[in-house]
Amino acid sequence: MKKTGAQIVCECMINEGVDVMFGFPGGVLLPFYDTLPEYPQIRHILVRHEQGAAHAADGYARATGRVGVCMATSGPGATNLVTGIANAYLDSVPMIALTGQVARPFIGKDAFQEIDISGITLPITKHSYVAMDTASLPMIFKEAFYIAQTGRPGPVLIDLPKDVLQEQADFSYPEKLSLPGYKIPTRGHPTQLKNAAKLISEASKPVIIAGRGVVISQASEELKQFAETSQIPVITTLLGIGSFPESHVLSYGMAGMHGSGYANKALVDTDLLIAIGMRFDDRITGEIKGFAPNAKIIHIDLDPAEIGKNVAVNVPIVGDVKAVLQALLKMIEPKDHIDWINQLDEWRKAHPMTDIRDGAELLPQYIISQIYEATQGDSIVVTGVGQHQMWTAQHYIFNHPGAFISSGGLGTMGFGLPASMGAKVGCPDKTVWCIDGDGSLQMTIQELATLVQDDIAVKIAVLNNGYLGMVRQWQDLFYDKRYVATPLSCPDFVRVAEAYCIPALAVNTREEVMPAIRQAMAHDGPFLINFLVEPEENVYPMVPPGATVAEFIEQPKKEVSSWPRRSTP
Amino acid sequence: MAATQHTLVAIVEDKPGVLNRIASLFRRRGFNIDSIAVGHSEVAHLSRVTIVVNGSNAMVEQVRKQLDKLIDVVRVSDITDNDITARELALIKVKATSANRSEIIEIADIFRANIVDVASDSLTIEITGDEDKIGSMMKLLKGFGIREIARTGRIAMVRGSLGTAPGEQPTKTRAKKQL
Repeated sequence: MKKTGAQIVCECMINEGVDVMFGFPGGVLLPFYDTLPEYPQIRHILVRHEQGAAHAADGYARATGRVGVCMATSGPGATNLVTGIANAYLDSVPMIALTGQVARPFIGKDAFQEIDISGITLPITKHSYVAMDTASLPMIFKEAFYIAQTGRPGPVLIDLPKDVLQEQADFSYPEKLSLPGYKIPTRGHPTQLKNAAKLISEASKPVIIAGRGVVISQASEELKQFAETSQIPVITTLLGIGSFPESHVLSYGMAGMHGSGYANKALVDTDLLIAIGMRFDDRITGEIKGFAPNAKIIHIDLDPAEIGKNVAVNVPIVGDVKAVLQALLKMIEPKDHIDWINQLDEWRKAHPMTDIRDGAELLPQYIISQIYEATQGDSIVVTGVGQHQMWTAQHYIFNHPGAFISSGGLGTMGFGLPASMGAKVGCPDKTVWCIDGDGSLQMTIQELATLVQDDIAVKIAVLNNGYLGMVRQWQDLFYDKRYVATPLSCPDFVRVAEAYCIPALAVNTREEVMPAIRQAMAHDGPFLINFLVEPEENVYPMVPPGATVAEFIEQPKKEVSSWPRRSTP
Repeated sequence: MAATQHTLVAIVEDKPGVLNRIASLFRRRGFNIDSIAVGHSEVAHLSRVTIVVNGSNAMVEQVRKQLDKLIDVVRVSDITDNDITARELALIKVKATSANRSEIIEIADIFRANIVDVASDSLTIEITGDEDKIGSMMKLLKGFGIREIARTGRIAMVRGSLGTAPGEQPTKTRAKKQL
């Protein structure tokens, strides 16, 4: 049966199980939007800025493990998606980005709102298509969804010229596809597995470092069995948080720039580093020379290009993390490393992570710990980027994969609010907290309107310190406290929220924290709390740039800068 | 690590933008292409791309893996350590007068090159061979004055039964002793 391109796009999405998409219409997308009501199975959420659509699709995908779909019109709509696509690319998030394009006869003529979006996004997509023929749409969608969510996931862009959406073609959704150039490694090489098992049996100070690959591969259970059987301590990367329960006795939290002192010490002292689904980002390794200097390294990753990219490894295992761990589980013997674990516990005592200073001031760390208390850890927590992100990683205890959603690779300020929106849409029965900074929130604050229009009950905690706090922290530590362009005047977030018809509270003292959190959670709908926190609090520990992970600095004595600070209402 | 010249052969799908994807990858990761040559392969809809890159073994291995990740790239082989036949074609337009024309033709003959165009003040020579051979001839022709050079870049093929086609015997890759 003949259908229009717009109908085919909808049919394809339904075939792929899409029930929600985040988008923003425009001229060339009118044929699509005009068709959309014929397909009530697809819920369309209208964002206020296309960047919000991409981040929402990203948050949706991370919370559900399914493909997130976003859509934007040609030209500026498409370019507004770029940050969100790059974010998904760097964090390996399955996403389909649909962009409108001018009609085929206008392509290449610099037509109104014409931009080469497939060219622009070439280095930040896993793959991309320009659909130049209505009849090709079904195969393009089939391939795009397959590529986005298999192997190492990532964003795939489909550019849709207006007349391709209008023209008719026969529709049947293909069952098979042929992608001879697309290889997905599955199990690890038997020889390398054997080599790994041997190293594991010989090691006396082994450490597992788990990354987002464990979450993507849904291998948390296997990781737990593996760690327990061989009694190996587990640390995680930022995006590996939740892949191993942080309340587990073998969990030693996050390592890296703002990781725990004991995790970083373990990285320095270990004789066998088992890296699982992670990519040795500079934020985790610090100065590479001081990273696991005495260790043999086993690297398990699905992407062969990640192996040996930043760090030379002894045993490369290319394969799906889950399958590799299952295979390894059959090859390892129960062991214990009592001395090593005692050593780590000593370090934990010497460099405690979750302690929060007493005192009158409203500390951001305290707020995070209270949100943890109030939610009993059973919540999805989404952050923006900055100090609040690191405090959340440090002070909320995450026990479930997918519970912590954050922009890792790209470090995108403004990710928090739209991503939390996507997470809540994907998991409507879960409490979703967006913990954001005053700087980060202001980058995408317009999505408050989306929360209201589409009734998305995200709870927003703004850790408002009146600064671009993380940048200020670097100025504090490395630029002699010259706070240039970091003091930030903010609107009264309570009144802003109320203007969007979202109830809100301001909190100044520790006593008010818990009641406010409880009130937010009891409210049926979105809610915002503006926490006016200690302005010049820093995130510690911190591995300074260029230093090795062993050289982390801890909370020093407080000195306050004399640099003038802008007033905040 | 010492930089050496590597020859990579990629089998790619004939799809719009595939060269753009390859070029973009090289640019983005800071890898320099010495030469790149593209043409149809023995299989319909597949092209064979020969890429010459300079770099350490580890860097070129990273290039190979990143190329292999492109969806439109079916297969990439680093054939540097194989027994290969490598050729390049060059067209060289040399200034010529009636006085020295025969001398130039003699040089062309020595290199088994062809004269493909003759004009009153120039000769165009077509030569195939490896880079060294083409380089040697150009050195000799320099004295006459070279007006224009067009070179294809290297194309290469593994000798004997090994090959770079999809489904064929894998070529030798640089063994990396790591354990």
